[in-house]
Amino acid sequence: MAKETQQLDRVVIRFAGDSGDGMQLTGDRFTSETAQLGNDISTLPNFPAEIRAPAGTLPGVSSFQVHFADFDILTPGDAPNVLVAMNPAALKANLADLPRGATIIVNTDEFSKRNLQKVGYDASPLDDGSLASYQVHPVALTSMTVGALADHPISKKDAERAKNMFALGMLSWLYSRPHESTLQFLRKKFAARPELVAANIAAFEAGWSFGETTEGFAVRYEVKPAKMHPGRYRNITGNAGLALGIVAAGVRAKLPVVLGAYPITPASDILHELSKHKKFGVTTVQAEDEIAAAGIALGASYGGSLGITTTSGPGVALKSETISLALMLELPLVVVDVQRAGPSTGMPTKTEQADLNMALYGRHGEAPVAVIAPRSPADCFDAAIEACRIALTYRTPVLLLSDGYIANGSEPWLLPEVDSLPDLQVPFATEPNGEDGKFLPYLRDPQTLARPWAVPGTPGLEHRIGGLEKKDVTGDISYDPANHDLMVRTRAARIEAIEVPDLVVEDPSEQAKVLVLGWGSTFGPIGAACRDLRQRGLAVAQAHLRHLNPMPANLGEVLKAYDRVVIPEMNLGQLAQVIRGRYLVDVVAYNQVRGLPFTSAELASMLEEVVKNV
Amino acid sequence: MSSVPVQLTAKDFKSDQEVRWCPGCGDYAILAAMQGFLPELGIPKERIVFVSGIGCSSRFPYYLNTYGMHSIHGRAPAIATGLSVSRPDLSVWVVTGDGDALSIGGNHLIHALRRNVNLKILLFNNRIYGLTKGQYSPTSEVGKITKSTPFGSADAPFNPISLALGAEATFVARTIDSDRKHLQSVLRAAAEHNGSAFVEIYQNCNIFNDGAFDVLKAPETRDDFVMPLDHGQPITFGKDREWCVVHPPGGFGLEVRRTSEVDASEIVVHDATVAEPAYAFALSRLPGLDLRHTPIGVFRSVDRPTYDEVVVNQVAAAQAKAEGTPEDQLSALLNAGDTWTIL
Repeated sequence: MAKETQQLDRVVIRFAGDSGDGMQLTGDRFTSETAQLGNDISTLPNFPAEIRAPAGTLPGVSSFQVHFADFDILTPGDAPNVLVAMNPAALKANLADLPRGATIIVNTDEFSKRNLQKVGYDASPLDDGSLASYQVHPVALTSMTVGALADHPISKKDAERAKNMFALGMLSWLYSRPHESTLQFLRKKFAARPELVAANIAAFEAGWSFGETTEGFAVRYEVKPAKMHPGRYRNITGNAGLALGIVAAGVRAKLPVVLGAYPITPASDILHELSKHKKFGVTTVQAEDEIAAAGIALGASYGGSLGITTTSGPGVALKSETISLALMLELPLVVVDVQRAGPSTGMPTKTEQADLNMALYGRHGEAPVAVIAPRSPADCFDAAIEACRIALTYRTPVLLLSDGYIANGSEPWLLPEVDSLPDLQVPFATEPNGEDGKFLPYLRDPQTLARPWAVPGTPGLEHRIGGLEKKDVTGDISYDPANHDLMVRTRAARIEAIEVPDLVVEDPSEQAKVLVLGWGSTFGPIGAACRDLRQRGLAVAQAHLRHLNPMPANLGEVLKAYDRVVIPEMNLGQLAQVIRGRYLVDVVAYNQVRGLPFTSAELASMLEEVVKNV
Repeated sequence: MSSVPVQLTAKDFKSDQEVRWCPGCGDYAILAAMQGFLPELGIPKERIVFVSGIGCSSRFPYYLNTYGMHSIHGRAPAIATGLSVSRPDLSVWVVTGDGDALSIGGNHLIHALRRNVNLKILLFNNRIYGLTKGQYSPTSEVGKITKSTPFGSADAPFNPISLALGAEATFVARTIDSDRKHLQSVLRAAAEHNGSAFVEIYQNCNIFNDGAFDVLKAPETRDDFVMPLDHGQPITFGKDREWCVVHPPGGFGLEVRRTSEVDASEIVVHDATVAEPAYAFALSRLPGLDLRHTPIGVFRSVDRPTYDEVVVNQVAAAQAKAEGTPEDQLSALLNAGDTWTIL
């Protein structure tokens, strides 16, 4: 008899297990099935800090959270409705995040005395009543998987490893997911070993059938497709979005791309992705250190390529002298900082947005550069193109501030038409620009204040540049006081001259007295919190800064139109301080540095207080 | 490549900038030798680039009418790597000093050499910090009394040739600022080498370390102190070739002996193409602290694929296989993987 089907508008599931249990893969597959169905999705993986902590221990727990809904969603969800715990460590590490009443599916086979002791359980939480306020589904995942694969010609170890597919099959049934894409994926992944294709598909189907037949699951759920903008989509992480954006920028600029990078968490995936795309004229150099990585990118820009360097906070610190040189040479350079919790080594796998001050001010001398920040995984593609546009058009270093949250998180990305992407072509200098055939390397374009990009190999434009102060127009070395004053002011004016779009404010009620201003990855939680308030009849306005230097021209007006401006940040108030300093607005700073994104619930309760007290 | 032979003279390579080294500095001689040599390269001057770091020597690019970049301290090999790998059509030269290349920039130097990037790296070694006015450098002798070491320096110096060979540089040579003919012959060999060429140039700082290499130049000492290396020739030196280099019996390395005391067949015939760097390394260990028995010339010149070639070929091979316009390929890339359509 068919089981009852219940409709839900949104669900948050967290898959958690040992780092060897394949939870990232399971989450990825579930996400892909969900995307095929047409739900809106947002995901967030959580990797263990150690590469391979001892099996079954708390530091070894790896998890993947997926939020899917029949409406457009902005975050991977504050708290899971469902936890799949593959062992006691996964249960213990994640239990505190679960609201009362949440569903827990546990793999009982792993709840041995020894495994319980490893994580400090004296008695099994499955037996001692400590989980009474949750809906617990004990499932012997491992043994049922092994049982289902008894006739398959594979080792017991391989059979046990297929338990994640059993879990995926079970969850796929429970939430009525289409599973053809997973079967296809398995056929491709294990193409070289047909016995594993068969075993993993059998495990998946066993999990599906188990869901269908067990009395443990009385109902099955459905989440209808979301109303989304028509078009073709794919799911994308922030790091992949940045990499593809850089490839696209190279194509649209008709320039080779040279990436200099040194491996660093959480930015290395950009290097991995770009190293695949040589056919687009993308050269990747894994440098000897962060400084060399920036130098290689700058050397390539000098030669007429689009020079990029990708890193995280500690790497930016090391690159700062090269960024200053690029600023002095007035050459394009894109520096991607995938921020992580600092200072020093800090918490490399955890997110933070505390490098804003470093991006804006972290160099000696008066050294302004352009700074931009993507607001979500899918936005990373556009942000990368915008960073390249500014770098090429204005011949300046651009710092792009992503962070660990959007770097690894994913969401659906509406695929752009290539023809609709901005044309980034800029001309190289080909002719002398001074009298008597003289080349003047620091004679500027009056509009952009950019100097000519004269690449080596161009006859007649031989010239010397360097880090020493330049004489205006000629570029000769100059210690003249008035010239230095002029050049410092000109370099500042160059950045101010960058055209950026006006800030857009979202306030459906048009009655809001409170504005929430954010930047970077806080967009999702802030947006979700604002919706929550509005649904409860409270007016609140939201605006999100992509351009942090220069800032949008209308920002001052926007700020002054509200009685109160609130700035939530995953730092101790860096944007708030800038806004106070530049616009003399006494903003309310709401700050957290826990290595985690804000939950929309905590932002909503904070905003409610502010809105009610204006 | 330009098909028209380029007829340039030293004058074509002089920039309009006033040269500002201290009067009497060895850098003048090196600059003049370079300006005199560059026309020989037969490369149009717009395709020549000099990249330098920071220090007295690093002013060099300003005085040459080619493309040039005076960059930041120690980083010239990294910046030049980015340029060379993206522009294999250029002739890229790095000008550096003992502090720039061996102290603050040591890491970039060894990695450029081990990768075999197609750079010509000229290290002006004066064994002192000149631009900062007289502190000891990583090539200063132990016990050196300077402004920063009034009690004598405590650290052992680098032997730049040994260091470059340790990094398995494919071309390693040494020359002296005052010997224009020899200097130019080494520059020529370096320019002809495909891959990283490392050239140490002994250069006199007449203000802070005057006479550091006088024993290699003074008529009364130079014959006994300088050991010219000529590929294919037995290594003998001295006014009457009274010194020679032999393999010591029962040991490794090389040693200097009186020519009269050994059989001619025992004298080492210099071979710069020996694959193992150990031979050239042994040569680099011959001079004592007093510079006695200093080899000059090309220690090592071997063939190995350059980093630039390998990287450029990977990109070219991928591009050769690609079909359609870059825009079509980009569209395919963006649309790859699991996609779905919302109507």
